[in-house]
Amino acid sequence: MDRLPPLPLAKSFEIAYKSIKARFFRSLITTTSLVLAVAFLCYIQVCTDLANALLASGTPEAIQALIRGGFDLSDQTGTIGESAKQQWLVVLSLLVCVVGIVNAQLMAVTERFREIGTMKCLGALDRVVLLLFLIEASLQGLVGASAGALLGAIAGVLSSLASLGSMILTDFPWTAILSTTLKATLIGCLLSLIGVIYPAIKAARMEPVEAMRVEQ
Amino acid sequence: MEHAIVRTTDVTKNFQLGQHQLEVLKGISLTIAPGRYISIMGPSGSGKSTLFNMIGGLDKPSSGKVFIDEVDIAQLDAYELAWLRCRKIGYIFQTFNLIPVMTALENVTLPMTFAGTSGDEAMERGMELLSQVGLASRYGHKPSELSGGQQQRVAVARALANNPAIILADEPTGNLDLTTGEEIITLLKEMSVERGVTIISATHDFKMLNVSDEVIWIRDGRIDKIEKREELNISVGTIHER
Ligand SMILES: Nc1ncnc2c1ncn2[C@@H]1O[C@H](COP(=O)(O)OP(=O)(O)O)[C@@H](O)[C@H]1O
Ligand SMILES: [Mg+2]
Repeated sequence: MDRLPPLPLAKSFEIAYKSIKARFFRSLITTTSLVLAVAFLCYIQVCTDLANALLASGTPEAIQALIRGGFDLSDQTGTIGESAKQQWLVVLSLLVCVVGIVNAQLMAVTERFREIGTMKCLGALDRVVLLLFLIEASLQGLVGASAGALLGAIAGVLSSLASLGSMILTDFPWTAILSTTLKATLIGCLLSLIGVIYPAIKAARMEPVEAMRVEQ
Repeated sequence: MEHAIVRTTDVTKNFQLGQHQLEVLKGISLTIAPGRYISIMGPSGSGKSTLFNMIGGLDKPSSGKVFIDEVDIAQLDAYELAWLRCRKIGYIFQTFNLIPVMTALENVTLPMTFAGTSGDEAMERGMELLSQVGLASRYGHKPSELSGGQQQRVAVARALANNPAIILADEPTGNLDLTTGEEIITLLKEMSVERGVTIISATHDFKMLNVSDEVIWIRDGRIDKIEKREELNISVGTIHER
């Protein structure tokens, strides 16, 4: 017996993209928790970036504004970090988000048992099914995380403007904020991938006979 | 003797239900010659689908062997099994099983994509197959926009995508009304005659009898009898003429 050639990556992307497009609403729900969690992460960090830029400027007005804005300047390192409480909240929100993604993806796998089984009857290997789910999750992750990071960054700038005043615009930390936003996007993509690993393995292991099952 | 496209030797299948063991197939041995139209007939629950899954390499027998083209499929690894399912066998299901997010044409070309056919060639052959089943104009439609009969026609085109040697159809008319079911049976028969593909169809639809070269009657997990076309005309033809 022969073997099948590997499925070209471009084809896999095409199939995954179609699947997301056709199930836009479900994808939106899966992605929403990711958008929110990444937005929160990015918001907190952008606020810190802006406060640090202000602190670095070192003017008495800046220090005044920071103290009025409720920042803790007692740290001797000369930088402002997120408070422990904030860090906990961020970690917790990311955790909740991963659990949400696992849950949504497991439901998607259950809904699609016939489709997955049929694909296997048509010659899809376990790894093809696995790859399709991973690509779908990456695409969802990329879109959701970028949207979330962008939202969070904008919210961070606006809220800092409100609490610290227009002073933050004079030495606006473009590079710091850009790198924070990129990092948040990356973390979001990673979370989306982590969340889909178990559901995707479950889908890949599904037996082709499942496709034949007739609901009684 | 003519070479067999499908051969099973003493295939049994048990399902474990709690502590209880359910014997579904109790020793099925059959030989199917290439290019024939075979119906596996039997009442609901007699084990047709189970046998079907064994022949299609979708499930493993508890004992006994299944040979496709004289290759014991229990010996195949995952890659070879995928090749067998993709290139050698075309499946048709009672529930059509088109991929809901893909158009008719995309459904037909999917097995070609898995087989490594280039996009242009797949597209061309896909359209050819769709026009053969009379649905060329509906190539851009999703399964949800097609009737049951039309979906099953697309499924027939998809089953033929990689020029398989065998088409396995499990109750292909089970979810269709009388006339649509008849159309699908005629279509399958045409394909079998034109392309020389072996068709094995599990069914309890007596309309299938007219087109079958051979009917394998299954009862309670055993072969009850095997009738050739000539014998059929005598035993069943009279009943159906009324
Ligand atoms: N996966 C399974 N687990 C347990 N019992 C099964 C399973 N598949 C089929 N059966 C049983 O095997 C018998 C034959 O089923 P099936 O092959 O589907 O019959 P048919 O297709 O002829 O109607 C039935 O009694 C059914 O309940
Ligand atoms: Mg059945």
